[in-house]
Parts: sequence; structure tokens; C-alpha cells
Amino acid sequence: MEAFAALLDTLVYTRSRNAKIAALARYLRDTPDPDRGYALAALSDGLDFTAVKGSTIRALMRERVDPELWTLSRDYVGDSAETASLLWPEPEQVLGPPPTVAQAVDALAAMTRTTVATELPALLDRLDAEGRYALLKLATGAMRIGISARLAKTAFAQAFDVAIEDVEEHWHGQSPPYTALFDWAAHGAAPPDTENLPLFRPFMLAHAFEADDLDLDAYVAEWKWDGIRVQAVHAPGESGTGESRLYSRSGDDISASFPEIPASLDVPCVLDGELLVRGEAQGGKEGGAASFNALQQRLGRKTVSKKMLREAPAFVRLYDVLQIDGVDLRPLPWAQRREALESLLHRLDPERFDLSRLIDVPGFAELAALRENARDAAIEGVMLKRRDSPYVAGRKTGLWYKWKRDPLLIDCVLMYAQRGSGKRSSFYSDFTFGCWDGDPDGEGQLLPVGKAYFGFTDAELKDLDRHVRQHTVNRFGPVRETDKSLVFEVAFDSVHASARHKSGLAMRFPRIHRIRTDKPAHEADRIESLRALIRD
Amino acid sequence: MSENPDLKGTSARAFHCDLVARAFSWIRPEPWGIHVVPADCWIDPARAVDRALVTHGHADHARGGHGQTFATPETLAIIKLRYATSDGAVPVAYHETITLPGGVKATWIPAGHVLGSAQILLEHAGERILVTGDFKRRPDPTCPPFEVTPCDVFITEATFGLPVFRHPPTQHEIAKLTDALAAEPERCVLVGAYALGKAQRVIAELRAAGHAQTIWLHGALEKMCRLYEDFGVDLGPLSLVSDAPSKDAMEGHVVLAPPSALNDRWSRRLPDPLTAMASGWMRVRQRARQRGVELPLIISDHADWDELTRTVTEVAPRETWITHGREEAMLRWCELHQKKARALALVGYEDEGGDD
Ligand SMILES: [Zn+2]
Ligand SMILES: [Zn+2]
Repeated sequence: MEAFAALLDTLVYTRSRNAKIAALARYLRDTPDPDRGYALAALSDGLDFTAVKGSTIRALMRERVDPELWTLSRDYVGDSAETASLLWPEPEQVLGPPPTVAQAVDALAAMTRTTVATELPALLDRLDAEGRYALLKLATGAMRIGISARLAKTAFAQAFDVAIEDVEEHWHGQSPPYTALFDWAAHGAAPPDTENLPLFRPFMLAHAFEADDLDLDAYVAEWKWDGIRVQAVHAPGESGTGESRLYSRSGDDISASFPEIPASLDVPCVLDGELLVRGEAQGGKEGGAASFNALQQRLGRKTVSKKMLREAPAFVRLYDVLQIDGVDLRPLPWAQRREALESLLHRLDPERFDLSRLIDVPGFAELAALRENARDAAIEGVMLKRRDSPYVAGRKTGLWYKWKRDPLLIDCVLMYAQRGSGKRSSFYSDFTFGCWDGDPDGEGQLLPVGKAYFGFTDAELKDLDRHVRQHTVNRFGPVRETDKSLVFEVAFDSVHASARHKSGLAMRFPRIHRIRTDKPAHEADRIESLRALIRD
Repeated sequence: MSENPDLKGTSARAFHCDLVARAFSWIRPEPWGIHVVPADCWIDPARAVDRALVTHGHADHARGGHGQTFATPETLAIIKLRYATSDGAVPVAYHETITLPGGVKATWIPAGHVLGSAQILLEHAGERILVTGDFKRRPDPTCPPFEVTPCDVFITEATFGLPVFRHPPTQHEIAKLTDALAAEPERCVLVGAYALGKAQRVIAELRAAGHAQTIWLHGALEKMCRLYEDFGVDLGPLSLVSDAPSKDAMEGHVVLAPPSALNDRWSRRLPDPLTAMASGWMRVRQRARQRGVELPLIISDHADWDELTRTVTEVAPRETWITHGREEAMLRWCELHQKKARALALVGYEDEGGDD
């Protein structure tokens, strides 16, 4: 537990991401099983111990510390677990060695609402202040120290000098303390056997296409639909009766939000595609997909109503196939996988799965012209895939490209600015801008239409910060209202109707494209121009 | 830092105590210092007075411009270094008793805070009043230890008067520092430490732990270190960062700087510094993070909560008055232990960023 507590503090205090990764990697290398596996789980996803809650800790402290002293301390420290770790009365004599992480995890898992009042103190009594802090954070699952699953996997890969893609693939389906995973990475054992489980496979990703030309004999073109990239998986499962899952790009299981997809999949396979909602916004009737906005209404839901299933039915537009009937197709060239996918199609539910059509053009110039029109079809852009490329996890140069259509642009006026966080905390770097509602030379008012905090260089940020400070007309807490004098050319991917915003609009991915110091504010765009770009 | 949320005037409880504390009427706490009325002297006054009795050399206790300044020779030397004057300096050795006008007797007793720091015992009309200035109870190789002195009124600081402040053993924190040096020998550890007291203590504690390497100093620390050496405190090999032949020379070494220099351009001349800070405030994670500290070292020259409460118990005064710090929790503790106490709400003492 001491090593885990020390690691936790290092992660709390370390600012650089690389230093965090290095610290975590060092810990994973130096710590024996199963402690390191539990630590890894606690830091990334969190372990869930039902008997220990924030209120449990407060109740324990009430029995040991005067309530007024507790409140004064808690208010000063700002965190209950930390306050408790500092205020915990040191036992008169040593009550045994500190528990290992695994011992602590076992003990916490065995606690009930009634036994926690005696068993948690017994653990705390064997630890020093840092150890108590680590234990309470572990117990309440509230680490909040900026360790994403991605960072944890990166550290794992670095610790044992294995590829991150392999870590991602084998990680899935494993549970704490990940012994099989450590056996594989640290001791060269065979990777965990997961063949029969509906597990996530790391995605193949594309680079942005920046060249002027491409040989279309070597590459195939395909529309980049505007939904979310998903992986649909079916496998026999532990029971052998069949299990299906739907995963997002980060490997999160989103089956519950889109139950109709896994429910309709009963062929053992791993499919890569775009999750969309039925509609006509993208590519018209033939395209058959609603806008991203329609899909967004269904994201992040734990349960889905019948009405929603009926009114916004989801489907997957298939790009690729990774596995069929237990056979791994990833080493095959794209062309062969595509053939396999096409012949698999008749075994899939046509209501839930269709095929992403290839774009048939004689040459690159024609493709470029088609892509220009992609906006009218509300499609995100074009994908370019090497015909002979295997399916490799991650972003490998030269195999896949995404060729997004050019962004939309509009001129807006800076209205409010707020300080950023982290490195930018001393700069006004979050900007709210607006378009004119009415005649800018008459009664017209600016209406806020979006917010952006990137798109400018560090040097421009300094200028913007100075502008904000010199043009402040009002302050509301951390926010400054500026005089309406600076014009931004704002780039964005699309704009949608939104009841949540005062302007009735929501921009997607707005960023500061150019700072138009040359342009007077009254020449900025009117709200009508933005409204005209809605393609819902 | 000037804003201090804890000195918000006399609380109801303090006011109540004020009414019952008339017995010691010859000493009067005013917002800018403690007035010894029959002698017309002030203890650690925040403004210039004719006669000042000074506990120690920190700027919030020792200011220039007094007619006469009574203090230990070490404290007077520190004042001379800081204000370039020794006009009106009256040296008083530890345990020496002097008689002030009005027949008030004053004795300087070691407080264990920094070089020359003293508690001042005042005796008059059969009553004994003790002013601690700042103090700590754990050993410090740079100054004699605090002495428990019986008295009727114990006027104490409470900088770390919250039960969360329990400083770990000093050796434990010094080991954190040397471990960090060993873990990444191509870096240096830059320790932020207050120029008077903390810097020399960290050096002396490192030496006591067997660390014999050159310690590199920010220029602002040099003179005070030399002053300590002049008073017989051995600090071992010291060099100025500005004299370093190259960055490499400082790799694997401790570099000391005042806290204000930690995130300053100055540190760019150091080899990939790991930022540390030696302070009692480092006990609380959020405090360390706010200051951008990567290696917090909980080393304080003030008594922690356990030392404060133990000292009140050991001194066993009839009343405890609290000059500065987190008096609310101390008052509560005194109430819980049936000890008479009041908060004085003095101004001008520094809280954060001060001589912690
Ligand atoms: Zn002091
Ligand atoms: Zn002080």
C-alpha cells in the first residue's frame, strides 16, 4: 500500500503527461501481482466497493473528531477523504504491517454496511497519512487524478515494452487484477484466450489527407458518413449461447444506448462501421441517414424508450470486417476483406446493417469534384483506403486517409472571454462570439452563437489576451465582457437547430480560423447566414 | 500575502473572554502589537515605536525604525542584515533578565523557531505573561530548542492551528528529498525555502542526514547563510547558482531558492529541475498543487497542531491568548478541554507565504 500511496501522490503532483506515464510504468514494473493489477484498475476505471461511501467516512470521523473541528478542517482542506486521512487518530501502538493493495481490496470487497464501521478503521489503523488517503480514495472510487484508460494503457505498454495496440486488444474482457495480461506482457506468456468472447478490437484509424493527388488504382474511395465509428461484435460467449456487443471508438460498450444493433446480430463476426440513424439528411433518400444531430439525441442514454427506437432507429453502415466465424481477417488485404464483407451481408439483418458504398470515379479530379458537393449531401467527407492494406490497429501512415470537406466559415464578433485552465490559466483563452441579429448599423444586437478555445497560435493568444484586458466593459466572476470590436473568422463543421441555445443554433467543432483585425465589427455576418447552413 | 481570512476581528467568544481577562490589565493587545503598558514597550509591533521587544528576525515580527530594539544578538544581526541599521539595538542574551521602566522584567527564552528566536517572559505585579512569537517543538540543528516555561498568560501563535496539520518526522521528509535526487540523477531538485530559517534548516538537516555534496544557492539566500555560519552553524559546501560553470555541475544536486523564484525565469538555468517546496502548508495536497509543487516537503518552523496543544497543556497557563494563525480551531480545542482562551486578532502577521 505504501508504494501505491506514493504513486498516487506522484500522480497528483506531477504535471506532465509523460512524467505521469513514466511514474505509472515504473510502478507497474516494480510491483508484484496482484497489487499492480488492482492499482491499475483503481487508477483507471475505479473499483467499486458498495459498502464504502462518502457518508461512511463522515460517520466514522464523527465518532472520533469533534464536529466543529471536523468542519473547520474539511473546509480548509476541501476534500473529505484527505481530511479524514489527516485527522485519523494514530493508534497508540503499531497494529501490524500495512496491508498490501490486494489485501485492502479483498477486505473492502468483503465489507457490508454493518461491518464497515469496524473493518475500515482496522485497515486505517495500519496505515500512515498517505496510506490512509490512498485507501480512502481506493475505497470510494474517487481517484480523479487525471488517469484516463488511454494513459493507463500507454503506461502499461511502456512498462513492458509491448505495443499499445496489443495492450488494447488483450486488455478487453480482462478484469482486475489482470493477471493473464501481466503474464503475457511481463513474462512472455501467451496472450489471454478471448476467442469466444465478444471483445473489442482496436480500430484502424486514418490520417488527414493533405496531398494534391492520389493514384486511385492503389486506393479506393468511400464516403465518410457523419455518425460515430462503432464496432459490432458477436461471439459464442462463455455460455456458448451467443453474446453481442456494440463498442465506441474508445472501446466503451454502448450496447445499452443502441440495443437494436446487438439484438439483431447473431453471426459470429467483428464488424467496423458508422453508427447512424435512419433519415434523409445525409445523401438524401439514397443516403438514408439522418444528421449527426439526430444520432446525438440517442448517445449516452442508459435506457432507450420504445418511442425513440421507433422514431430514431439506428443502423450500422459497414466499412470493414475483422473476423468471421472465428477467423481473423485482419492480416488480409482490404480488397479480400471487402469481398468477405459483401458475401457476409446476406447473413445480416438488412434493417440494421448496410454496406458503405464505394465511390466509383475514373480519376482523382472527379473525386475532388464529388467531395466538393459532399456538404450538400451533409456527408463529412471522403475516406481513401489502400486496396492492399491489412487492418492494423492505430494510425499507420500511408494506408488510410480521411479527406474531410473544407470547413464552413463565418465572421463573428467577440463578446465574452474567460480564462483557460492549466497552462493557459493566466490567459483569456475561451471565447464566446456572436452574429448580428438585425441591422448592425441600426437596432441590431449581437446574439451569441458559439464558443471556441482553439485555432489560434500562442502568439495570437497573447494578442487576444491583451485585447480582452484592454477592451473589458463588464466582469461577471471569471468572465469578461468585451466591447464588440474584434471579428473572428470562425471555422466549423456543421450547424444544427438547437432549442438549448438562445440563438436556436448549435455549431459543431467551432474554432478560431483567423483573427480579422482588418474587419469592422458591423461587417460580421448576420444570424440568417448561419441559419441558412443548417442541414438537419 | 495580505488577505488573511482568519483575522476577521474579535469574535463573540473572544469578546466574552475580553470581559473576564481584566486581571492582566498591564498588558494590552492592540491590533498592531502587544503593548506592555507600565514599560511603554511593544512586542513585535507592526509600526515604528520608541521601544520594541522583538522575538525574532522574520519581517512580520521585526521591523525597522524603532527607537530602541531589544532582541537577542542573533536577531539583531539579522535585523542589521535586512534593514542595514543597528541604531538603538540592545542585545539581550538568552535567559538574561532585564528590568524595563515601570519595574517590568523581561527575559528572552529559546523558542526553537529560527536562529536567535525567543519567547519573551514578562513579569509584573506578581503575574507572569509569556509571548511565544513563533515557535516549534521539534529539534532544529540551527537553534536551541523551545523551553517550556510556566506562566499565567500564554500568548501563542497558531499558524498551524488546525488538526490536519501534523508535520511528519523531519528525517522522513529529508529522505523524500534525497530519494528524489537519487531516482533521477540527471535532474536537480529545486527546493523553495524561506530565506531566513527554512533554507538554513533544510541545509543543516541534509547535512545531519549525511548529505555532503555541494548545495547550490539562489543569490537571495547567500548572505543569510553566511550569517548563520558566522554564528557557528555549519552548513557544509555551498555555491551560488550564478557561479556554476555549467548546468551539468548541478545535476543530481539540491538547489535552494526563495519560494518566489520557483516558477520564475531564473530556474531555466537549472538542469531539468524537479520543483520542491519545504513548508508546513505542503501537508495539504491542494495547497502544494496550487503552487505548482511536484515534491512537497512538509518541513515547518512552526509548531503543528499536536505541538501547539501539547504546549498549552504543558505550560498550563491560566489563560491562553492567540496572536495569529487559525485561532478558531485552537479556541474550540481550548473550550473542549476547559481551558480559558481568547483570540487577539492582531494585524500584520503573515499567514501563507510567510515564515512557514
Ligand atoms: Zn517567524
Ligand atoms: Zn510569524
